[in-house]
Amino acid sequence: MLSARAAGSVFISISTVSVAESSLPCSSAVEAELREDFLKTLQCMMLSRTLEEKLGSLYRAGGRIVGGVYLGRGQEAFSAAAGIHLRWEKDVYGPLIRDQAGRIAYGEPILDTMRTYLGVVTGPMRGRDGNIHRGQPQKGYMAMISHLGSLVSVVSGALFARRLLGTLGDTVGATSIGDGGTSTGAFHEAINMAAVEKLPLVVSVANNQFAYSTPTTRQYACENLVDRAIGYGIDGHSVDGTDLLACLKVFRTAFQRARAGHGPQMVVGRLLRLGGHGEHDDASYIPDVKKHEHEGRDCLIVAQQQALDLGWATKVELDEWLKNARREVDKAQAQASKEPTPDPYRESWQALSTQRLAEGMGQ
Amino acid sequence: MSITYLEAIREAQFEALQQNPNVFLYGQDISTFGGAFKATKNLSREFPGRVFDSPISEDAMIGMAVGAAIEGARPIVEMQFADFSSVGFNQIVNQAATLFWRTNTPCPITIRLPSGGTPGSGPFHSQSMESIYAHYPGLVILTPATVEDAYWMLLESVEINDPVIFCEHKFLYYHLKSEDFGEAMPIGKARIARPGRDATIVTYSAMLHESLKAAEELRLDGYEVEVVDLRSVKPMDTDTILASVARTGRLLAVGESFPWGGVTAEIVARVSSEAFHLLDAPPMRLNSKDTPIPYHPNLWKSHRPTTGHISAALRDLLRY
Ligand SMILES: Cc1ncc(C[n+]2csc(CCOP(=O)(O)OP(=O)(O)O)c2C)c(N)n1
Ligand SMILES: [Mg+2]
Repeated sequence: MLSARAAGSVFISISTVSVAESSLPCSSAVEAELREDFLKTLQCMMLSRTLEEKLGSLYRAGGRIVGGVYLGRGQEAFSAAAGIHLRWEKDVYGPLIRDQAGRIAYGEPILDTMRTYLGVVTGPMRGRDGNIHRGQPQKGYMAMISHLGSLVSVVSGALFARRLLGTLGDTVGATSIGDGGTSTGAFHEAINMAAVEKLPLVVSVANNQFAYSTPTTRQYACENLVDRAIGYGIDGHSVDGTDLLACLKVFRTAFQRARAGHGPQMVVGRLLRLGGHGEHDDASYIPDVKKHEHEGRDCLIVAQQQALDLGWATKVELDEWLKNARREVDKAQAQASKEPTPDPYRESWQALSTQRLAEGMGQ
Repeated sequence: MSITYLEAIREAQFEALQQNPNVFLYGQDISTFGGAFKATKNLSREFPGRVFDSPISEDAMIGMAVGAAIEGARPIVEMQFADFSSVGFNQIVNQAATLFWRTNTPCPITIRLPSGGTPGSGPFHSQSMESIYAHYPGLVILTPATVEDAYWMLLESVEINDPVIFCEHKFLYYHLKSEDFGEAMPIGKARIARPGRDATIVTYSAMLHESLKAAEELRLDGYEVEVVDLRSVKPMDTDTILASVARTGRLLAVGESFPWGGVTAEIVARVSSEAFHLLDAPPMRLNSKDTPIPYHPNLWKSHRPTTGHISAALRDLLRY
């Protein structure tokens, strides 16, 4: 799976454990910590899946959601395993299109997701931007623009500034990219720059085998995306993105190394996008056989099974968590639905923060 | 003492670094080397740890400045030439320019663009990008034409809580000198560089000096041409332009960037729609030719507006 030449210059974590093979960590303290992380992350995944199912059905029903809906189905384990290592209002996070689970794990209230999809003014984007394009940059929570690859340097810049201003402490930054996004010049420039600056940055590469409809054979010609880490002079990790336990272990290592000053960490997860590019897309171009391959497993089912097998949760608990998730999602929907949509007559129509320099030609 | 336009830019950066510990400089070859034009000469020595060489990555350079600004830093990014900012275009117009409006987070970054033509520089080291960037909401576009403005406007740029595109003209770097920095004029106000009554030229940056020479030529024919220096093309001081046209009844807008659309077209559009009744002649505009910028000085001199072109245009305008 990983080329031999990777060894030595690159720190590789090979995590291909299947559910049956997964072994408990030796020390009990480590185990307790892992167990705690695992259960927290699993609950984030369940909440994320429930929320996204709601968003999908709202989209199909039509009426309330303006614009597209882009879901992270099948990528919750990989996304949330990164997010759980980040501290809300402390660490810098620049999530992307498939990171609903990571956003929840980081600490974003799902009410903000709902508000942004419904475009109400109470949400962080106030109807000025929507769906996945949301964040609160002042808190270190970056709001992606659509242009793939362009967020990596922004997260890096925040870390760079913290180091310069003496506010970095033990904070880290994390951001994501898809297999398609790795082909952008912006991604290359930013990773190289972060490597030169040796920033505490963790980059998740979710290789879900498709970029919209384009398969990876039309995206890159290298054997494995993680090999690129060698070229950048950064640590590369590879993980089975459908396996929550494996993802948690790999991200734990990656975040530890980033915080310890070892520079950027690239974590490549192998998985499959379990759905369309957006809810408008039936993904008929994904061959059925792919869905039956290992990467086509549903990480949420795998994780629940892991929890049961390890004796970390009971069926009753899992059911309870799902019920809680549904309740939370319904509550967020009910709340956001009664909040006001933006009023063009109250909009400032000014793009500058400096009032005196605004041209005010919007009238 | 005599200070060049280039020295003014260095001094302003010195002052900005001195005044505010959150200011840092980022750009290619700007650290110990002092920059391709030496606009950051000695600054890395005077401010250790605050002047950084960047990789040749204009996209990432701007992206990183945006991230840094979000964290409270005030980066000044040097593009080695304005032309290369096209590689960072996406980050400028989509990341930096939309940040405040989308997220209510100010984006105090200053992007210095060594702009405009010089003999022998050719298609890719001569461009004037102000018109392109002015098209996008969320950016402030400054085009200083004097040593004083180069100094004060750059210093003020760093204090502005929005992305500033600072278009400094390379032709003026060494040619333009002043005894001192004079007094600061507020950004957003145009300046009457030469008063007149027969026609108005509205211009900015290096074209100010070509225009002033043309106005002087026309004086020999008995015409008094008013010359307005915009200083900032965005915001554009429409009031000063209209007041001048009200005095003269004739308008010539002069700019060095390409002719299709842009700053001069904007000036003509504003005057036509807001002061049509004040005009005694159709408003005119003069730009470079609609080709890439030529390498050889013989061609280059004909490509961009010069005193001769401007005088000829003025004569047409006054004859109408
Ligand atoms: C620079 C850029 N080009 C094109 C697009 C349009 N686009 C949006 S998502 C997407 C596919 C992304 O694929 P990938 O990076 O693999 O992420 P995934 O959707 O699979 O999570 C494309 C082409 C874009 N957002 N940005
Ligand atoms: Mg993909």
